[in-house]
Amino acid sequence: MALDRLENGAMLMADSEMRRMVADLPSPEFETTAFTSPPPLTDATVALVTTAGLMRLGEEWVPQEGQAGYKVFGRDERDLVVGHQSMNFDRTGIAADRNVAYPIDRLDELTAGGVIGAVAPQHLSFTGPIMDLTTVVIDTGPAAAALLRGDGVDVVLLTPV
Amino acid sequence: MCTRVVGTLAHVIEAAGLATVALSLVRPQIERSRPPRALHCEFPLGRPLGRPGDPAFQRRVLEAAFALLERPAGPVLEDFPETISDEADQPLACPLPPRFDPATPAAVDEARALRPAWERAREAGGGTQVGRVVDADGIPDAVAAFVRIAAGLPWTEADLPGDPAAVAMDIRGYYEEAALALADHVLAARAAESWLYRTTETGAILKAAMAEMAQASPAYERIFYLVPMSQQ
Repeated sequence: MALDRLENGAMLMADSEMRRMVADLPSPEFETTAFTSPPPLTDATVALVTTAGLMRLGEEWVPQEGQAGYKVFGRDERDLVVGHQSMNFDRTGIAADRNVAYPIDRLDELTAGGVIGAVAPQHLSFTGPIMDLTTVVIDTGPAAAALLRGDGVDVVLLTPV
Repeated sequence: MCTRVVGTLAHVIEAAGLATVALSLVRPQIERSRPPRALHCEFPLGRPLGRPGDPAFQRRVLEAAFALLERPAGPVLEDFPETISDEADQPLACPLPPRFDPATPAAVDEARALRPAWERAREAGGGTQVGRVVDADGIPDAVAAFVRIAAGLPWTEADLPGDPAAVAMDIRGYYEEAALALADHVLAARAAESWLYRTTETGAILKAAMAEMAQASPAYERIFYLVPMSQQ
């Protein structure tokens, strides 16, 4: 096996390398941090927003550089694939169990157990490789928030990949 | 880059009057974003809830995240107390199928032979990640296209069934899902990735094709996405 790079210690952990590479990427600076007090979790409607670039099987895949938009999925949709174009993260986890990045089944269970009030009717997926986040801040992010508010969402769990 | 997008979205959504909790996979990014509430999870990239197939562990992550909603003010950044590392340095060890058709390129032969394993994985997992641009039926032909590129045919003439990086992504998904069945357990993060690119015929072809395409004219502008950086 071609493990030279591992044996010389240069790349023992692929994720460590990636984390070092992206650690200093600039992020938008917010002068203040908004803070909203939610209702008790047992009464709250919870939605997921992931950056896994989820898409439906059969949908046309398009390159995602700079794509600041999002897709909307119903709470019962399960045939979703990771359309995120980066090769630099593990994909077997979500292939074996979607919940490791998109914990929709866990939310259903928490609802059934009375831990959260309800699962939102719709959930969103952005995609991760967005260098310029301006459009997310001024356009698609607020539109996503308005959509979720319209669905009566109280709490949003955001998951990266 | 996903953690900085998550952190940014948390600010925007919270400002619209919804309470947010962001999971983080890259701590320096979430420290810089300073969203209202964040739980940093030192887990493999691609696995923000840590352990696939372990609902109890995932519920503990969710409970830790939702507990941040009880804080009276923010920003709040906490660390999940357990960490998980990828195992890119430990490729899955499993026997590869023997040569079946010597007249067929070895990588294509291999891709065909892995179909039963891929089928088992699909049935076990209730779905597949293969099919962004190529479904399982098209994988051997897609591999054949990369064989031609690796042999020197210009990528624009190789009859790839779609964008090269997207096709490569589906090939990777097909192999990694087959690996899940061959291993018969949930693999550590990146163990199947290292198996594909370091031990299989198709992995070698994808890397050789990438090397050819790096010299190509016209250039393929998304060559960065053909093979994971850790495997190049």
